[in-house]
Amino acid sequence: MTHLIAWPVLLPLITGFILILAQTGGIHLRRTISFLAVIGLVLLSCALVSTSLTGQYQVYLLGNWTAPFGIVLVLDRLSALMVLITALLALGALWYAIATNTDNKGAHFHVLFQLQLFGLNGAFLTGDVFNLFVFFEVLLLASYGLLLHGNGRLRTKAGLHYVVINLIGSTLFLFAVGALYGVLGTLNIADMAAKIAVAPADDLGLIAAAGLLLLVVFGVKAAMFPLYLWMPRAYANTSAPVAALFAIMTKVGIYAIIRIHGTIFGSEAGELAQYYAPWVLGLGLITLLLAALGVMAARGLREQVAYLVLASVATLLIGVGLMTPAALSATLYYMIHSTLIAGAMFLLADVVLRGRGIYEDRFEAAPSMPNAIAIGSAFMFGAIAMTGMPPLSGFFGKVLILSAALDHPWFAGAIFIILSAGLLTILTMARSGSFLFYRTLPENAELTATTPGEPLNRMAFVAVITLFFAGPVLVLFAQPITEFTESAGNQLFNSTAYIEAVLSTPAVTEATKR
Amino acid sequence: MEWLVSLAIGVLTAAGVYLTLRARTFPVVMGLTLLAYAVNVFLFTMGRLTIGAPAIIDKTAASMQYSDPLPQALVLTAIVIAFGMTAFLIVLALKARGELGNDHVDGLILAKEEQAEQPRQQSTDAQPSAQGSHPPKKEAN
Repeated sequence: MTHLIAWPVLLPLITGFILILAQTGGIHLRRTISFLAVIGLVLLSCALVSTSLTGQYQVYLLGNWTAPFGIVLVLDRLSALMVLITALLALGALWYAIATNTDNKGAHFHVLFQLQLFGLNGAFLTGDVFNLFVFFEVLLLASYGLLLHGNGRLRTKAGLHYVVINLIGSTLFLFAVGALYGVLGTLNIADMAAKIAVAPADDLGLIAAAGLLLLVVFGVKAAMFPLYLWMPRAYANTSAPVAALFAIMTKVGIYAIIRIHGTIFGSEAGELAQYYAPWVLGLGLITLLLAALGVMAARGLREQVAYLVLASVATLLIGVGLMTPAALSATLYYMIHSTLIAGAMFLLADVVLRGRGIYEDRFEAAPSMPNAIAIGSAFMFGAIAMTGMPPLSGFFGKVLILSAALDHPWFAGAIFIILSAGLLTILTMARSGSFLFYRTLPENAELTATTPGEPLNRMAFVAVITLFFAGPVLVLFAQPITEFTESAGNQLFNSTAYIEAVLSTPAVTEATKR
Repeated sequence: MEWLVSLAIGVLTAAGVYLTLRARTFPVVMGLTLLAYAVNVFLFTMGRLTIGAPAIIDKTAASMQYSDPLPQALVLTAIVIAFGMTAFLIVLALKARGELGNDHVDGLILAKEEQAEQPRQQSTDAQPSAQGSHPPKKEAN
């Protein structure tokens, strides 16, 4: 048994502790440690992805207790992919934070950043529902600190909403977990799935209720209608690197729905098999429509990007709700694209904000910003990728989801809403681009002197460009990547293999060690 | 005993939900605390209610009754997490009270002023250093 699976969880945790001890060592030391740890995490996650390519489940028994009794970490293609996306996004966000000196605005940015990664990786790798709850709490507590990093009244207000709604979510999570444990007598995801298959008919109602309660919890995380109202304001008002990292936070909710509901209420679950799918699909469609309207109504670029993230989450929910291996594969492809591009868009919004001085990112006429051509080109690139126009990755992801939707009974409604939401976002992004870059006030020496925008921070801009590179890379290597996501989708649909792999993994004995 | 415990959970939850829907931060904090209590009792109950039973399965004992130790461990974890989160929320609520000048969860009254003055005044968001120059507005209410 290899210890590789445990390292993506342990590395950020250990780094976090070292960073607390290195608090007196100056900002440069902390930056070096934090950056090296994230580089290490990228390498580790590459190793995880190559391990997962074998197609076998890697089960790591923490404390060497076999599955239903002890806690397990499980690695399959989906978990490996999520850990890799997180590491890449973290690299970009951390680079930007260091280049713009955002990390120096409060005391413990790097510690919280590492603990956030600890929580995220733990949530992606765990095979136990209660452990998922604990990792959720870890990542949430770190995110509360990160969200409030730096200062500002609007940030405090949005942060308060974020904290309260997530505390309510945690309470509901415990209610759901408690009810499931009371009925099934286990907390291991694989064991739960096995127990539901043979559950007596009297208990099914209670199990279904607990499952939908879990869906509410993950819906809060994923910002699903009607639970998304906290999200745009919180994301728009936090600092840019944090908002970029939070692009993965909503995907944690999607991941949890795929993992928990997909496994527990998979094809083995008898009467309850995939009973949650219509909810996810319907609520995803409503979310998408409202997100498109939110994109149109946004007053500033950061708020607009937050609504674009909401639109991408809604598209992912639709993909999950379609409930076919092809749709799931398309969802995973779109997940890679939307996470990395959305992170880059948050960073770009901050670049625009810094360039425009007191006009910030609001859609109103302002003097032309420094390096407007470079920033404007990046904006056009990001807008094309984000709204799903050819030739970039957003288009491919949407085409895959749409073609998967053709087989579904609700295909007409789904396609109509996806396409009209796409049209609305394209129109609005074109409008915001012309507001920010074309509709400039005439050169006016007095005005420019009183409202100086910062010159372009080249080191920070590199982070934006690097994350945007995901767009062309996802298109150029579409063949191997879709092959990977297809096999991941098939693996997820084969929940029997997951259950068997987790429950049959033997404990390590002296004999197997040698 | 069952009806007493379930009644307690129900009352705690109902009071918690009512309080979290209030407009000010202090009742919301109290409501979340009550919800946390309710969920702790609920988790505990999910291990079945037994009195005087050992936490191990004893095959030789006549009744085969045992108390499930797992929910107790879960409750312990949940208590610690809820405690930490409540402490954080109280500090955040105090911070919001200091910065927003009122204890509305929505910061309702100040938000309107902020929106009205936004075109003129640079948001404090981008320049935290400028914050000292904007003392909390006259208290709402």
